[in-house]
Amino acid sequence: PPILSRLNPSRWSCGPPAAEGNVQDEESDTRKINNSFLRDHNYATEADIISTVEFNPSGELLATGDKGGRVVVFQREQETKSEPQRRGEYNVYSTFQSHDPEFDYLKSLEIEEKINKIRWLPQQNAAYFLLSTNDKTVKLWKISERDRRPEGYNLKDEDGRIRDPSTITSLRVPVLQNTDLMVEATARRVFSNAHTYHINSISVNSDLQTYISTDDLRVNLWNLEITDQSFNIVDIKPCNMEDLTEVITAAEFHPQQCNTLAYSSSRGSVRLCDMRKQALCDTHCKFFEEPEDPSTRSFFSEIISSISDIKFSHSGRFLMTRDYLTVKVWDLNMETRPVQTYQVHDYLRGKLCSLYENDCIFDKFECVWNGSDSVIMTGSYNNFFRMFDRNTKKDVTLEASRENSKPRAILKPRKVCVGGKRRKDEVTVDSLDFSKKILHSAWHPQENIIAVAASNNLYIFQDKVT
Amino acid sequence: MRYSYQRRTCAIPRAKMFPKGTKRKFSDSREEPVAGGEDVNQSSLAAVRMLSSYSLQRQSLLDMSLIKLQLCHMLVEPNLCRSVLIANTVRQIQEEMTQDGTWQIMTQALSAANAAAQCSADRLVATEVLCRQTEAAQGEQVPKPFPVVGSEGCPAKEVLEEEAAAAEVGMTMSTVSPQAPTSYLPGTFGMDPCWEEEETGEDDDDEEEEEDSEECGSGSEGEERERDSLVEDTRTAEQVFGTFEIKNPAPSPDPALEELFSDVDASYYDLDTVLTGMQSVPKMGPYDLLESLSSHGPSPLSSSTSCRSDLNELDHIMEIIVGS
Repeated sequence: PPILSRLNPSRWSCGPPAAEGNVQDEESDTRKINNSFLRDHNYATEADIISTVEFNPSGELLATGDKGGRVVVFQREQETKSEPQRRGEYNVYSTFQSHDPEFDYLKSLEIEEKINKIRWLPQQNAAYFLLSTNDKTVKLWKISERDRRPEGYNLKDEDGRIRDPSTITSLRVPVLQNTDLMVEATARRVFSNAHTYHINSISVNSDLQTYISTDDLRVNLWNLEITDQSFNIVDIKPCNMEDLTEVITAAEFHPQQCNTLAYSSSRGSVRLCDMRKQALCDTHCKFFEEPEDPSTRSFFSEIISSISDIKFSHSGRFLMTRDYLTVKVWDLNMETRPVQTYQVHDYLRGKLCSLYENDCIFDKFECVWNGSDSVIMTGSYNNFFRMFDRNTKKDVTLEASRENSKPRAILKPRKVCVGGKRRKDEVTVDSLDFSKKILHSAWHPQENIIAVAASNNLYIFQDKVT
Repeated sequence: MRYSYQRRTCAIPRAKMFPKGTKRKFSDSREEPVAGGEDVNQSSLAAVRMLSSYSLQRQSLLDMSLIKLQLCHMLVEPNLCRSVLIANTVRQIQEEMTQDGTWQIMTQALSAANAAAQCSADRLVATEVLCRQTEAAQGEQVPKPFPVVGSEGCPAKEVLEEEAAAAEVGMTMSTVSPQAPTSYLPGTFGMDPCWEEEETGEDDDDEEEEEDSEECGSGSEGEERERDSLVEDTRTAEQVFGTFEIKNPAPSPDPALEELFSDVDASYYDLDTVLTGMQSVPKMGPYDLLESLSSHGPSPLSSSTSCRSDLNELDHIMEIIVGS
C-alpha cells in the first residue's frame, strides 16, 4: 500500500440544509434526516473509509476516524431562536492526521494507520480531549480553539519573518487581536510500544485518570498522564501459541464502577473482572456465556458466536454483546443467559458458507445504546441498520444510502424478504450487497441523533418526534 | 451451495467406495505406470474417495479454510482473531474426520500412493517462488510451497494461478489424539498426487497439511493449467514435514541464528509465504509472526541463506533510508 498522501482537509462538505418539511410519522422509531451527506466525492478512496464513529459525552462533538489515519471532528451548531428548524446540524470542526503508516522493521510488516477506535474524555475545561488508536499506538489529542493571537512582535514582523534587530527603533507590547476561529489539534500523549498484537478497543475509566487498551491477547491499563508505563491486567496468551484457541475481541470499563471491566472473546463469552481482587485479572468474577443450541450447530457455530462488540448500558446494569447474527442484552446479575436476544439478520444463517468464503463472516459489527437504554442499534449489510426497542419489542430496519435519502426526508423502513413472494420494496436476500456494510455507528448521549458510517459516507439522522 | 452439517458416521467399506459408474478421477488422471502395481493404488485411492456429499462439502470447507490461513500472510500482520477462528474450524473438521475414520483412510491412501510413485520432476514448471526457495533451501529444512488446495467454485483457482500458493496450514493445531493421522498432504485438483512427492510419513504428531483428494470437479483442462502453475516438490515429505515438528525445530545449519531465535516458536520458521513474490523477506506464520518481539536482529526466520541475503539486503535498504 502506498504511503498516504495528506489530503486537503477541506474535502468534507456539509449537505445542504433543507427546509423543515414532512409530516411526522406516528411510529416512534422512524427517523428523519436532518443533514445528510458530509462528503461530496463520488468515488470512494479506500483511505476515506470510516472506521470509527463516536459522540463526545455531551453530544456536542462527533468524531470519525478513517482508514487513512485521519480524524474528523464535527460540532453541532448552536440552536438559534431565529432558526429553530436548523436545530443542531453538525459541521466540520477540526480535521487532523492522527496516525501515520509505520513500518515495523523487525518484522518487516506495515502497521496500518487506520483508526480503530476513538474515545472522548469528558470535557473539563475549554479544550476537548480524545483518545484515538490504530493497531499499535494510542494517542491523546487535545482539540482547542483559538480565536485570538498575539500581534505586534518586536523581533518578527507580521508574516513571521525575523526582523533585523538593527532596524528596530522602538519597542511595543504585543497585544491579543481577534482572529478567525482556529481549531487546532495537538497530540498531548503518545502511548506506544505496549502491544504486540492489534489493538481492538480502548475505554476510558470513570475515574477519568486511567484507561485500558486491549489487543487480541492482553488488556493494558494506562494512566492518562504517563506514557512510558502501562500495567497488563489481563493476559490470555497461552505459554505455547499453538494452544491458542481464543482471543479477546473487545473490552470496556463499567460506566460507574471504576474497578470493573468486561472483555469479550472470540468464543462468545464475556468475562467481568474486578481489578481490586488481584493485579492480574486473569480470573474473572463473572462469566457470561449462553449455552449453544445443539439444533443449530454447524462448523460455523463458533465463528458466528464470536463477539464483535460489547457495550455497557448507560445505567451500568446491562451489557450488550454483538455476535454475527444477533445482539444480546445481558443483566450483569445473571450469567447463564442473556435477558434479551435480538435477531439482526437471521436470514443469513443459511448463507454462512458463502459468507465464510468471502470473509464476510468475520465482519465486526458494533452496537450502541441510546441515551435512555431503551433502544439499541446495530448495523447490517446492504447499508441497512437495525434498531430494537427493548420496551415495545418493536424493531425497524433502515437504510443509509444516498439514493434513498433526501435531506429532511423521512427514512422509510426496509424489509428483507426471506422467502416466498417478494413484496414491492422488499429486498431479497440474494440481492443484498455485502460490500455495503454498516459496521460503525453512534448514538447521541441524550438525544435521538444517530451517526451511521457507510463506507466513506457519514449519515446523521435526527428524530424529530418529541 | 447448500451445506448441511448433520453429522453422519461414514463407515464405508473400501469395497463399496465405488458404486457403478462413478468416474475414478484419481486413476484417470494418472498416466504413468506405477511401481508396485495399479491395484494397490487404485484400491487405496478408492478408499480415499468420499462419496457422501456431506463429506465433500466438509472437505471443501476444510480446503477453503486452509487457503484462508495461507492467505493471511500479507504485508500487514494478519488478523489474529480471524486466523484463530479459521484454525479452530479446521481443527473441528479434522476432529470429526478423525472420528469418522475418514482421516485415517485418507492418509493411508496417500501414503500408499506416494510410496509407490516417483515424481517426474521434469514435468512441472517451478515458479519464481520455488526458485527463490530452492536456492535457499539447499540441504536445509525449508519447506517447499505446496500446490494449493482449493475447492470448486472457490476463488482459490484464481489464487492458484496468480500466486502459486502453497497449501500449508501454517497453524499448528494441537494433536487431537495420539492416533490422529499425521501430516496433511496438499492435494491438487484431483490430480495425480504422486508428483507432490511427499510421504505422509511416520510421525503422528504432525497435522499440517490436508489432502485434497476430492476437489476434482474442475475440468481436466483447468487442472492442467493449474498443474503447470503449481509448484513441484522434489524432496521427500519427510524432509519437508520434518520441519513441521511442533516442538522441535529441525536443526539449523547456523547455530548462532538458531540460538538467537530459540525462544521463538519454531514451528513457524519454515512456513512459506504465499506471496513471497511481493515481499523480500519471508514471513512467519500468523501466530508466531506476532510473537517474535525479538529485539535482536532481523525477524526470526528459517536460517536459509537466501533468507539471510534477503535480510541483508533489507538491512542495506534500511540503512539507506534511515541514512545512518
